[in-house]
Amino acid sequence: MDLPTFFQQLVNALSLGSLYALIAIGYTMVYGILRLINFAHGDVFMLGAYFAFYAITALLMPWWIGFIVALSLTALFGIALERVAYRPLRDSPRLSVMISAIGASFLIENLGIVIFGGRPKSFPSIPLFDTVVRFGPVSMLSVSLFIPVITIGSLIALTLIVNHTKTGLAMRAVSTDVDAARLMAVDVNKIVAFTFGVGSLLAGLGGIMWTMKYPQLNPLMGIMPGLKCFIAAVIGGIGNIGGAVLGGFLLGIIEILIVAFLPALTGYRDAFAFVLLIVVLLVKPTGLLGKSQTVKV
Amino acid sequence: MLRTDGVSMRFGGLTAVADLNIEIDKNEIIGLIGPNGAGKTTAFNMITGVYAPSEGRIYFKGKDITGEKSHKITERGIARTFQNIRLFKEMNVLENVLVAGYLRMGTNVFQATLHLPGYLRKEKKSREFAMSLLESVNLADQAEESAIALPYGKQRRLEIVRALATKPSLLLLDEPAAGMNPQESIELMDFIVKIRDEYDLTILLIEHHMQVVMGVCERMYVLDYGVTIARGTPEVIQKDQKVIEAYLGVE
Repeated sequence: MDLPTFFQQLVNALSLGSLYALIAIGYTMVYGILRLINFAHGDVFMLGAYFAFYAITALLMPWWIGFIVALSLTALFGIALERVAYRPLRDSPRLSVMISAIGASFLIENLGIVIFGGRPKSFPSIPLFDTVVRFGPVSMLSVSLFIPVITIGSLIALTLIVNHTKTGLAMRAVSTDVDAARLMAVDVNKIVAFTFGVGSLLAGLGGIMWTMKYPQLNPLMGIMPGLKCFIAAVIGGIGNIGGAVLGGFLLGIIEILIVAFLPALTGYRDAFAFVLLIVVLLVKPTGLLGKSQTVKV
Repeated sequence: MLRTDGVSMRFGGLTAVADLNIEIDKNEIIGLIGPNGAGKTTAFNMITGVYAPSEGRIYFKGKDITGEKSHKITERGIARTFQNIRLFKEMNVLENVLVAGYLRMGTNVFQATLHLPGYLRKEKKSREFAMSLLESVNLADQAEESAIALPYGKQRRLEIVRALATKPSLLLLDEPAAGMNPQESIELMDFIVKIRDEYDLTILLIEHHMQVVMGVCERMYVLDYGVTIARGTPEVIQKDQKVIEAYLGVE
């Protein structure tokens, strides 16, 4: 492989990886607070893309207003999802909540087919994101440059929120001991809603960026990215925001490298994510940045 | 200050607390004692909204608070500590106090997240308040240390300080002397009286150390199998035949 090809693949890897990272953050945040895998997260991602699509094509909003509207709607949807599908089961066994999450996921996907139609739609072109940028022989869509910036920006913002604000402190309190937090006057429902709002907003952002990169929408588009980003979160150490970002990048890079170096295996690119998951779980079950928990008996 | 009116708690067929009638006046220090499994902690859990009682009403400052959510009850001015220490393990000492103190800070999620004007000033104030609380129990030097790295006695004190940070008017202490040696227990008694005076508190405490209970409580209630078997001053309780039977068994 020559140098330009290498750089071309590196750029592809970084932009895909940061996209995965963006979505993985949502999984990890919700898990950190509620110990719940939000299986509908990938579908929230899909909704984000559709909201933006309709805002721009049907409501004829300028793209940036459309994005803001879509992101707000996605965040609200995430909050509503928690309210309807998860909160009533807060004190039920973990398995019930998980089943509810899977049910919510199927429901959103199928409602998506009914409401948006099963036929793929193509996202309108937005010049700012659609321009082809060239650095010598390396070329890329401008959106590929925006995505890593957005991901790193979100990571920094979230880290600041979690470590240096009242809300973040309350989030950490809820994460360690829900009952004690409640008795210290932390409004747990508010904190959970906030977490779902932020996680869904990032998923929506991921969905919009995804359709900029691969400009086609369909109601099932969230399944594969959703699964992979869940894997990314687990690989990085679920519950750890930095870990989710690391896992996302790792997954994106490995996927692209496989396609680049072993073109014969391109058809199996999705399978590698799962192989990686198995390997990591075997070697370090808590994930790369996860803390090992010693259970006292 | 606090009144429970015929409060009962049943878990399936088990009656953990039956017909509990407690009345506490302002600035009293009241003991809640009884053998293990007598329903003392269950009583605390009902008062602080962890459980909604199966029967009866709970009044705080004349208002019916039965079945309200825990964080609302804490806002009303009831704070507590736990039998088995439940500090926020992943936080440092100062942060543990800050979490509780934010209740009285009066800013919302958006101000806090976006650092809107006024937030930083209030944030500074609540830090100062937290530090002053830590100073009052000689924990200020260890503010940045991890909460679980503290020795046991200090963790207990930190838990009390964390509860104080919510600025309560009624403080519930669940076995504050558990695991303490006699010397530490005596210090604890002084400490309880001190915070009562300093922060204008009313205190209800569960305790097994009779020395502590008899030394510090003005009145007490004795539970056995969920039933209130005696009430009164330490002198009365010490002579009560039923209490002696509950603790020592019947000959």
